[in-house]
Amino acid sequence: MIWFQLQSLMGSYPLALRGLGMTIALSGISLVLGTILGFALGVLRTSGSRLLDSAIGLWVDLIRGTPFLVQIFLIFFILPELGVELDAFTAGIIALTNLAACFICEIVAAGIRSVPTGQVEAALASGLSQWQRMRQVVLPQAMRVSLPPLVGQYVLLIKDSSVVSAIGLTDLTRVGWLVVQRVPNGLLVFAIVGIGYFVVCYPLILLARRLERRMSAAHGEVQL
Amino acid sequence: MLENFSFRTIVEYLPLFGQGFAATLWLSIVSFAGALAVGIILCAMNLQRSRLLQLPAKIYIDAIRATPLLAQLYFLYFGLPRLGLVLPELVVGILALALNSGAYIAEIIRAGILSISRGQVEAGIASGMTYAQRMRLVILPQAIRVTIPPLLGQAIVLVKDSALLSLISVAELTRAGQLLASDRFMPAEGFITTAACYLVLYYGLKSLAAFSARWLGVRPIGSRT
Repeated sequence: MIWFQLQSLMGSYPLALRGLGMTIALSGISLVLGTILGFALGVLRTSGSRLLDSAIGLWVDLIRGTPFLVQIFLIFFILPELGVELDAFTAGIIALTNLAACFICEIVAAGIRSVPTGQVEAALASGLSQWQRMRQVVLPQAMRVSLPPLVGQYVLLIKDSSVVSAIGLTDLTRVGWLVVQRVPNGLLVFAIVGIGYFVVCYPLILLARRLERRMSAAHGEVQL
Repeated sequence: MLENFSFRTIVEYLPLFGQGFAATLWLSIVSFAGALAVGIILCAMNLQRSRLLQLPAKIYIDAIRATPLLAQLYFLYFGLPRLGLVLPELVVGILALALNSGAYIAEIIRAGILSISRGQVEAGIASGMTYAQRMRLVILPQAIRVTIPPLLGQAIVLVKDSALLSLISVAELTRAGQLLASDRFMPAEGFITTAACYLVLYYGLKSLAAFSARWLGVRPIGSRT
C-alpha cells in the first residue's frame, strides 16, 4: 500500500519541484524588494520627522495587527476594483513585499536607534554629510545589531509565503494540497512538503542562531 | 467602485461578524492554554541533562519552527483521518495552533529561565535548597516576570495565525469576511470589516503587553508580532 503510494508520489515530483520553485521565487523576489523598501522606511522613520515617523508607525501597526491571509484577500480582491489589473503572482509579491518591508523597517529602526548619539555627533564634528554619516557611521553599526533578527525574519517570511496558496498560486503547500486529493495519505504528503520547507528554512535558522551568539559574545554577555 | 462601499450590508452582516469575533477569541484562548501546556513540557524536557529527553524536544521545536503553520495544519487535517482519528475541523485547528505555538512558547520560557543569573542558582545551592525548591522559590518567580510580555506577543501571533483555520472552513472571523465577500460579491466590505475586528484584538493585546511590561518593570519586547 505504502509502496504503491510512494510510486504514485514519485509521479508528481515534477509538480513538487515546480511548487518548490514557486515558493523560492515568491520569497526570493519579495525578500529582496522588502529589504530595500524596509531599509528605506527604517531610515526615514529615524530621520527626525515626527510626521513621517508616526505615518510609517501607523502603517506598520495596521500590517502587524491583521492576519497575512486577510491582507492577501484585500490586495487580490480589492485592487482590481480600484482598476489595478493583477494576477495571483503579482498580488502575492505585493503582499509579501509589504509584509517584509514593515517588519524589516522596525528591525532597521531599532538598530539605528541603538547606535550611541556620540557617534553621530562625532561624525557631525568631522564634517561628514548626512548621507556619509548614515552610510559610513550609523548603518554599519546598526547592521551588527539588526543582522540576527533580519535573518530570523527571512525565515518567517518564507513560511508566510505558504499562505498565498489560498489565492491559487501553485507553491509548495498548494502542491501538497493538490497531491493529497489523489493520494489520500496526508501524513506522507505533508511530511514531504514539510521537508521541502525545512531544507530551505533550517540553514537560515542556524545562521541566525550563530550570528546571535557571535553578537552576544562580542558584547561580552555571558552565555549560560 | 469603492464609492459604493455599502455600510448597510456590513450592518446586515454584523451578527455574523459578532459570532466570528467571539469564535476567534475563544478558540485563541483555548489554543493558547494548550500551547502553554505544550511549551512548558517541551521546555522542561529541553532543560534536562538527559539527551534522551532533550533531543526529541529539540527536534520537535526545530521541525515546527522551520515549517509553515499552514503545512502543519494540512498535515493534521489530511493526516489524522488516516490514523483513524476523524475530528471536527475546529478541534484540528485548535490542535494545530497549540502544537505550533507551543514550540515558540518553549523557547520563550527557556530564555526566561536562562536569563536568571548563575549566582542566584549558586546562592540557592549554598542555602541548601533542593533542585525543586530552587526552581520553585528562586528561578520561576523571576523567570515568569520576564516571560509575560513576550508570551503576550506570542498571543498576538496566535490570534493572527488563527485566520488560517478559515481555510479548513472553521467558522471564525476571516470566514465571516469570506462569506460576505462571496454571498454578496463584496470583498471590500467583507475583508475590511474582518481586518478592523482583528485590529481591535491586536491593539487590546498590544496595550496589555505594554502595561504588563511597565507593571513588571521589564523591557517591552517587540518580538515577532
